[in-house]
Amino acid sequence: MNDLLAGLSEALRLIVTLDADLIEITLRSLQVTLTALVIACAIGLPLGGWLAVRRFRMRRAVIATMNALIGLPPVVVGLIVYLMFSRSGPFGVLGLLFTPTAMIVAQVIIITPLVASIAHQAMRDLWSEYHDLLISMNASRRQRIVTLMLDGRRALLTAALAGFGRAIGEVGAIMIVGGNIDGATRVLTTAIALETGRGNFALALGLGLILIALALIVSLASHWALRTERRGRW
Amino acid sequence: MLLRAILLCLLPVPALAETVKLAVTTSFRNSGLADVLLPRIASDTGLDVQMIVVGTGQALRLGAAGDVDAVLVHARAAEEAFIAAGHAPHRRPIMYNDFVVVGPLDDPAGTAGAATAVEAFTRIAESRAAFVSRGDDSGTHTAERAIWRDAGLHPEGAWYRPVGAGMGAALNTAVGLEAYVLSDRASWSNFGNKGAMRITFQGDPALFNQYAYLPISGDKHDAVAVDGAARLEDWLTSNAARALIDGYRVVGEQVFTFNATR
Amino acid sequence: MVNVLPLTLTGAVLTRRDKVLVGPVDLTLGARGITVVIGPNGSGKTSLLRMMHGLQRVTQGSVDWAVPDAQARRRQAYVFQQPIALRRSVLANLIYPLRLHGVPRPQAEAEGRAIAARFGLSGKLAQSAPSLSGGEMQSLALARALITRPDVLFADEPCAALDGQTTRRIEAHLTAAAGAGTRLIMATHDMGQARRLADQVIFLLHGRIHEMGDARPFFNGPATPEAAAFLRGDIVD
Repeated sequence: MNDLLAGLSEALRLIVTLDADLIEITLRSLQVTLTALVIACAIGLPLGGWLAVRRFRMRRAVIATMNALIGLPPVVVGLIVYLMFSRSGPFGVLGLLFTPTAMIVAQVIIITPLVASIAHQAMRDLWSEYHDLLISMNASRRQRIVTLMLDGRRALLTAALAGFGRAIGEVGAIMIVGGNIDGATRVLTTAIALETGRGNFALALGLGLILIALALIVSLASHWALRTERRGRW
Repeated sequence: MLLRAILLCLLPVPALAETVKLAVTTSFRNSGLADVLLPRIASDTGLDVQMIVVGTGQALRLGAAGDVDAVLVHARAAEEAFIAAGHAPHRRPIMYNDFVVVGPLDDPAGTAGAATAVEAFTRIAESRAAFVSRGDDSGTHTAERAIWRDAGLHPEGAWYRPVGAGMGAALNTAVGLEAYVLSDRASWSNFGNKGAMRITFQGDPALFNQYAYLPISGDKHDAVAVDGAARLEDWLTSNAARALIDGYRVVGEQVFTFNATR
Repeated sequence: MVNVLPLTLTGAVLTRRDKVLVGPVDLTLGARGITVVIGPNGSGKTSLLRMMHGLQRVTQGSVDWAVPDAQARRRQAYVFQQPIALRRSVLANLIYPLRLHGVPRPQAEAEGRAIAARFGLSGKLAQSAPSLSGGEMQSLALARALITRPDVLFADEPCAALDGQTTRRIEAHLTAAAGAGTRLIMATHDMGQARRLADQVIFLLHGRIHEMGDARPFFNGPATPEAAAFLRGDIVD
């Protein structure tokens, strides 16, 4: 109980004093996660729509694979990305290991299946509703996917938020490929792991509370944005 | 437009200062000494030392792959094998600290009365008091295994808990279980969650823990910052380093002793 | 512009899992008028309409228009028994087919407002379409189907769930559309509606055309005993 209270007051202290390190790692957390999320959505949302609209022989296998990849342990992803970007690995010459870029790549791999799967589920339901109408109107495949993505945008936001939540709270993979280097690749989660390892529970908990607050703000902000948009236009 | 923004984010940020990537062990990082050394290294040499904190085993793997420019570890046999494999030209002893046996306040195994580390470990084994082992092939784990070997014991059973984790996590587990654990002095002194635990045995020279610096050889990997690693080695063996390392205190206690030779 | 009609079905059969839903059907539909498809439940009215429209591909035989299929598809529209509303505003629903055809948004919206006025939807343009009442939603579906001025409109029991007053309003729109040159092919189980609208009648039984002909002679004296029984309201086997 004391540790919890201490964590809360530590979080308040860090925020009130605008702790420079806190701001830096928070911004880096956001930079890495949001970049990864944009890429994951750019891949996952159209993929989900495509899988909803398109019927082809390997479709079930692709969907099953996608759903299985959601369960991929981040540490394994981290290890694979590490081996790819290691100086001794195939992409070693790029010199990307222990940079935010490597962390972004790992997070994209981790969250894209999740984003695509949720998007697919939502758009599959919407597609069963729209199917006859869009076929009757002779919409092209591209127009069908765009329509599903536009009209299913609230479900897609949920998909994106799920991806954001998984990415912002991820520690196993980015610890391996980022290295938790102070001032270069340290983010909220790796800092929490570090402080827990040093037995500084209050600080670790404080950072954890800030992480939760951050996720909450992003979630509320995006829902709010969608609501204003709906009121304005639709 | 969007694509360009993504590409910009993906490009590595060019470093202003020369960077040296140094793999260090969790016990070194948790001691807090790095927080004192790194700013001074930056101002004295202009080097931006980026520490990657991992276990000794992973540190040496990173070095062998050319992913870091130097390693600072404490596992002599592994270091010598590393040099023999051609990954590093030499090892440079920098400093030592010592291991301590940490256990419950009431010391149920009576390790405080032991004369040597071997005897302390024997008492723990005989009383079947809980013992948390790092179990991760780290330098600390290697040192722990050496003591068991010297004692002629093969620790096993429910009382012996290899956790396969870094020093901090192992200490957290030991505090939670009220179990004995072998820790480096610095990590324990700096540890924030001591609970009902204290140092129950210390001082045996067998528990000394030598840290050595190994620059990675540039022969196998072009990208290794050989020059920066050499300058870092020069600084780590300098009088400035001696003053900082010997002068470093945790809760009023000296934890590292500088013993590099120029 | 060449009209997509006449429509010719040659030995057209639609099956699902080896069960024949409709066919074989042979018929030709000319360029003008209202054809009403009647028949007992399960006789294949919906399947016939869907097969003609191309929502379902024929299993055997062929469905041929006067122009190539790709062109013909663009000049047809379909109104479903259960209206499908896009989860958008009423206006966005109305202009959706125009937008699919690449009509610029300002022009599409002007046309959308014009047709909304005719269908009594002007006050609802900004409202979310799924929140409309059943009658409003079917009006919207019909307006949306007619906004491209299709050569052919298929309507599958468009008034099945509507009250009498709304039904009459929808019928007025259908008649107006037919008068403006849109070929109408509709299914209904409402014999009053069939009598009011039909120029031509197709009586389906067990998936086949049992009787087909001009409306007035058909309703005054059907040629087959089954059609006569159906018109009397008797059970037809």
